[in-house]
Amino acid sequence: MSPSVAKHRTQSRWRAAMVRLLQSRMAAGAGLVLALVVLAALLAPWIAPQNPYDLASLDILDSKLPPGSLSGDGSMRYWLGTDEQGRDMLSAILFGLRISLYVGVLATLGALLVGTLMGLSAAFARGWVDAFIMRIVDIQLALPGVLIALVLLAILGKGVDKVVIALIVGGWAYFARAARASAMVERDREYMEAAVCLGFGRGRQLLRHLLPNCMPPLIVIATIEFAEAIAAEAALSFLGVGVPVSEPSLGMLTANGFDFLMSGRYWLCLFPGMALAIVILSFNIVGDRYREIINPRGER
Amino acid sequence: MPAFVLSRLAQAAIVLLAVSALVFVGVFVIGNPVDVMINPMATQAEKLAVAQSLGLDQPMWMQYGRFLEGALHADFGRSFLAGQPAMQLIFERVPATLELAVTAILIATLVGVPLGLYAAVRPDAWISRAGMGLSIVGLSLPSFWIAIVLIMVLAVWAGALPSSGRGETRELFGIPWSFLTIDGLKHIVLPALTLALPKIALLARLTRAAATEVATSEYMQFARAKGLRRSRIVGVHMLRNLMVPLITVIGMEFGRLAAFSVITESIFAWPGAGKLLIDSILQLDRPVVVAYVMVVVAFLVLLNLLLDLTYGVLDPRIRLQARAA
Repeated sequence: MSPSVAKHRTQSRWRAAMVRLLQSRMAAGAGLVLALVVLAALLAPWIAPQNPYDLASLDILDSKLPPGSLSGDGSMRYWLGTDEQGRDMLSAILFGLRISLYVGVLATLGALLVGTLMGLSAAFARGWVDAFIMRIVDIQLALPGVLIALVLLAILGKGVDKVVIALIVGGWAYFARAARASAMVERDREYMEAAVCLGFGRGRQLLRHLLPNCMPPLIVIATIEFAEAIAAEAALSFLGVGVPVSEPSLGMLTANGFDFLMSGRYWLCLFPGMALAIVILSFNIVGDRYREIINPRGER
Repeated sequence: MPAFVLSRLAQAAIVLLAVSALVFVGVFVIGNPVDVMINPMATQAEKLAVAQSLGLDQPMWMQYGRFLEGALHADFGRSFLAGQPAMQLIFERVPATLELAVTAILIATLVGVPLGLYAAVRPDAWISRAGMGLSIVGLSLPSFWIAIVLIMVLAVWAGALPSSGRGETRELFGIPWSFLTIDGLKHIVLPALTLALPKIALLARLTRAAATEVATSEYMQFARAKGLRRSRIVGVHMLRNLMVPLITVIGMEFGRLAAFSVITESIFAWPGAGKLLIDSILQLDRPVVVAYVMVVVAFLVLLNLLLDLTYGVLDPRIRLQARAA
């Protein structure tokens, strides 16, 4: 098969998947929400009413205003209220969204990369390498991923990069198991025999021939893991071991607002949490539909 | 059967050893606990004395050797802060965590399984559609968000339920329990619901998927052909065949709830083991963190073994296979 034909094939497969995705009204709606959320996160510095990190633009007299209040100088309206420093919650949420999505994307891609490489190596090397990798995977899968990330963050300390590392360590095992399972099937196929006979190097056999054929189940897991990574980051930041105060993600904002919940200032906690819930929910709906499309029996 | 159990126990011991090494090496890197515990104005000699009394001045492999030796006697050292044995601290907190996890999994099972069965039998009824639609919402919402909404609505606005602590407890077998008093029961409602809601959604979806698959099988057709009442077909013939996947998931989810209730426990100030873990992590109380992880791994390994054993009881076909293997 020439490269152009192969490219055409994958393109039309993606297009077919997109068309079927849009056939479900709920999935199409969720996809639209998701697209808007990503756009809002990307454009946050330009569309946010205020730069929440710029202390000079905050007015302490505007602190703890309920949603819809006008600022003290009448220049802007705080649609979602303000926090105890007079920060516009809408702006804080838009910037928090960036951090949450950033962590989610990096953690998922990292776990996908590490897990797939481990899984493919296990299936290809067989013997004790396989046994060794898979025992680690077994141990990890017995524990909740968030617990592993939590203990690891206790060691590493706070920071966006550290949260990403902890989530990768907590999440790679699912990918490794799935990658190994597909690779075990695929490695004995004729096209792999052909690749071996043509004298291609190990790396080329693995990455150019085996890997593309193992991808569909891995993408399914990636859709689940992405939603879980965002929720996990939020949970860790909520517990105070995640991102630092200077880079508040949605989970961090929710945690900060939680202290004010009992005094009736519900907006500090409700809105960031709601933004997070909307992101995860719409992503899960789209992911669910995608799983139905590539796996009609609906197994996870 | 005994051979099976023995080989699984041997595997479990190896897993525990591996985890102990990983956790110990990992946690060893945590910042120096001496700096956290004593006055920053203390002299070098005072710091050294504290480090010596905690055994922190010795080489890492010796610390691990001492740790392993202690682990064999279920002794994971003393908490740096409380001064009590780490194990004792954890086990004092375990009943509260188990009480919460059991309540949550009971609620989830009693609501989720019937809902899933109903959705499988009558997929077009409005309650099935609503239930399945809501289940994806239930699976998506982060647990602390569920907790916040519950607190806001039921505790702050309605003022109906307390949102912090265990309430009044009563002792049974020398252990304080919340479920024995009215006040305690009120306190358990919100945290248990927080943990139960996502599990209700999970169990409903799983039950529906499994029941739909079973519905077309020959023994179900035969049961219908015999003219059995629908309640008997669903309640006996169908449910019996769903037992193995259901027990697996209920058991595993119970394990996860008990092992990782950190978020819910810290939001509701529920004095369980998860709250102890996060407090210990934030205060760099190394022995408690290590002991917690070891207890959780041992608990999950034993739970898995127990689940494997119940399959044989629930499904005779599995018992035969185990013997042949």
